[in-house]
Amino acid sequence: MAEELVIPKLDGAQEAKITFKDSTFMRIFRYTSVRILTMAITVVIGVYLTILIANMGGYVDTIMRNDIRDTMTQTILLNPAYRNLSTEAKTRIVQEKIENEIKRRGLDQPFAIRSVRYLKNALTLNLGRAVQMSSDQGSKLVRNILLERLPATLLLTGTSQLILFFGSLFIALSLSRKYGSFWDKVIIAGSPTSSVPSWFYGLFFILIFAAVLKVLPFGGLVDVPPPDNRVDYYLSILKHLILPCTSVIVSSMFLSIYNWRTFFLIYSSEDYVEMAKAKGLTSSDVERRYILRPTLPTIITNFALLVITLWTGFIITETVFKWPGLGVTLYRAIGFYDTPVIVGSTIIYAYLLAITVLMLDFVYALVDPRVKVGSGSSR
Amino acid sequence: MNQLKIAFKNLKQYPSAMVGLGIILFLVLVSVYALVTIPYSEAVYLWRGGEDVWYQYPKYAAPSWFNFFSEKKQPISFFVNTADGSMEKVVTHNTEDISTIEANYSFDYQADGLPQEITIYIRPEVGPKFPFMSISWITPDGREIRIADMVVQNKTSYRFSQDEKLQAKLKSEKVMQVLFSDPELETPTVLKGTYQLKMIATTFTNGDEMDMEFVLFGTLSGAAGTDKYRRDLLLPLLYGTPIALAFGILAALGTSLLTLIIAAFGTWYGGWIDELIQRITEINLVLPFLAILIMVGTFYSRSLWLMLGVTILLSIFSGAIKTYRAIFLQSKESSYIEAARAYGAPSSRIIFSYLVPRMVPLLIPALVSSVPTYVFLEASLAVLGLGDPILPTWGKVINDAFTDGALYQGRYYWVLEPAILLMITGFGFAMLGFALDRLFNPRLRDI
Repeated sequence: MAEELVIPKLDGAQEAKITFKDSTFMRIFRYTSVRILTMAITVVIGVYLTILIANMGGYVDTIMRNDIRDTMTQTILLNPAYRNLSTEAKTRIVQEKIENEIKRRGLDQPFAIRSVRYLKNALTLNLGRAVQMSSDQGSKLVRNILLERLPATLLLTGTSQLILFFGSLFIALSLSRKYGSFWDKVIIAGSPTSSVPSWFYGLFFILIFAAVLKVLPFGGLVDVPPPDNRVDYYLSILKHLILPCTSVIVSSMFLSIYNWRTFFLIYSSEDYVEMAKAKGLTSSDVERRYILRPTLPTIITNFALLVITLWTGFIITETVFKWPGLGVTLYRAIGFYDTPVIVGSTIIYAYLLAITVLMLDFVYALVDPRVKVGSGSSR
Repeated sequence: MNQLKIAFKNLKQYPSAMVGLGIILFLVLVSVYALVTIPYSEAVYLWRGGEDVWYQYPKYAAPSWFNFFSEKKQPISFFVNTADGSMEKVVTHNTEDISTIEANYSFDYQADGLPQEITIYIRPEVGPKFPFMSISWITPDGREIRIADMVVQNKTSYRFSQDEKLQAKLKSEKVMQVLFSDPELETPTVLKGTYQLKMIATTFTNGDEMDMEFVLFGTLSGAAGTDKYRRDLLLPLLYGTPIALAFGILAALGTSLLTLIIAAFGTWYGGWIDELIQRITEINLVLPFLAILIMVGTFYSRSLWLMLGVTILLSIFSGAIKTYRAIFLQSKESSYIEAARAYGAPSSRIIFSYLVPRMVPLLIPALVSSVPTYVFLEASLAVLGLGDPILPTWGKVINDAFTDGALYQGRYYWVLEPAILLMITGFGFAMLGFALDRLFNPRLRDI
């Protein structure tokens, strides 16, 4: 598809067309391979660095070993079944158990070797088992832990970010046609409000709507106990969604509209837009065909990057609203030194990012005829 | 100098810039005041000192100015001490060994509510025979209530409400209510007027010393209120200012300057250096920024200055490098650079004297606008429980309040005070940054 799009209209001989097509194909192939290779190397190094940091370069091992030693000694000493054994026998059993546990977790190998194994597992998406954490259903598999929290995170990030993205896009588009108007000035004056992060607005919203007015809940996903009725259940989730969602939207709204507006303004002062206006096209036609079209690549890039950030969740906003999402899970995993969960959540983000960035190159070529894949510069 | 004047004159056209500048100036003044009046070690001591430092303050007291806004006046906390002369002490020597120490304190009580508690701290320095002390209470209508008679053996804290003998004598467990109410009325109402506390001690050894401290724990205290550990919140609010500014400005400065210089180096030398910088930027994009900060905080140390270093390190190779690179690639080809090359200027001179200064108009607005990000980053880390363990910061106060459920309990001042300061700081820098952006980048000026 991409390949065909970059072929310029050639009225010449069939032969010429074929050779051009071949060279285009080769160019795209070469470019794609190089891109994939660099991206892969980037992901590998990024994930390996995360593994090193998440293990504190091996120091977490020491913490783990001490932890195993403590818990094993405790359980053996407190177990009535072993009470009658001599101290020596007990020590031997403790020692044995500790060694087994260390071997089971693979802590007997040096960290350098294990870190490579972690890397291999991470890259093949073999996320493994969590050390301490478990999902609400009791599963120790990292995949289950992450999957269980994914819907809540996607609900929050998805709702808020999509409203934010499309809302600000369309408001900006309509503002770009009448700059200097009252609402335009409001947006400019309000853009410094975006220097405040969403959890901070959340704090104020909790104060106003939950503490003082008592109309919305302080936080959480559903009422406690959860309603039996399906409809009530979803309504309850919706009610809990309002505050976190609003705080995310409010914190970025003004700046987002401002940026898009400025961006559209640059394009709407182009000569061909004036020309279209002079031709007497309706403003919606001008917007759609002459402003949106050339800005589409940027819009798509922003949208794609936004979609992958949905995955990470909002660590702090989720913490403030006690929203049981991936952000909170990641935060708790760090608190538990639960490296597999930390690495698992990073690797998925890294893969999504790499794939998206790679795809964007081709999407550009699809939506913008001026862009040639791999040519380095536009025509 | 002249250029600066012109820039300032231009800036004056933007009211938001002036408001922003005003806020920043105010914050700087507060910082200077805080740093001058409270040295670093003193601030840490007052913040971390423990009960010995905070005992004179009530728990969970709202700020004193609450009284201005409410019909019902609440009692304001205060403490007086014979040691520093805020309460007078009269010593009479009866015989060679026996002497009496008398301390009276009268105060006007105009509040509608009851105080949390009254405590008398007695610090004797006495010989082998322990002194005897009696405390009594005189109400505005002239009743005298004997509170306690006791032998003072060593440092004593006498809490009115917790004395069971006093409760029995007053036939009520609510000691404060009996002491401060009008006995004539059916419903307990606070009797307003001048109350007097009388303390008389008799010592039995020559040279005995004794100091008394009288603390009335009200429900309001100081200009900022107190938290659950009795700490005066004025300290973190004052001292948090220089910390927030230092963290925000240092992080913004470090990040943007280093990013700029690295981008300049990459573009100037090109080749593998440029390639390497590009790759590092992409790797950095994959790394989870906040998660790494949390890991550093959990695993290594929560020191604010370490966090600052890690923040700068992780933010250097950001998307801004690509923006700067694109512009540097253009200016690298300009004729004045060519001229510099022709007369044989060394690379370092070209980078630092010709390339980097050209970016200053772009750098300054970006720098100022990014300060709030870092100020809030400190607060964010604190809210996650990763605030600096020893420094009094705004974020720490919010975190303390949040973990203690201040919003559920209705103690809004505890959250609002640091939150509003943070917000003002954020707005101040953002407003100035936006105005500077429009000033330095004329393309946006008329848009």
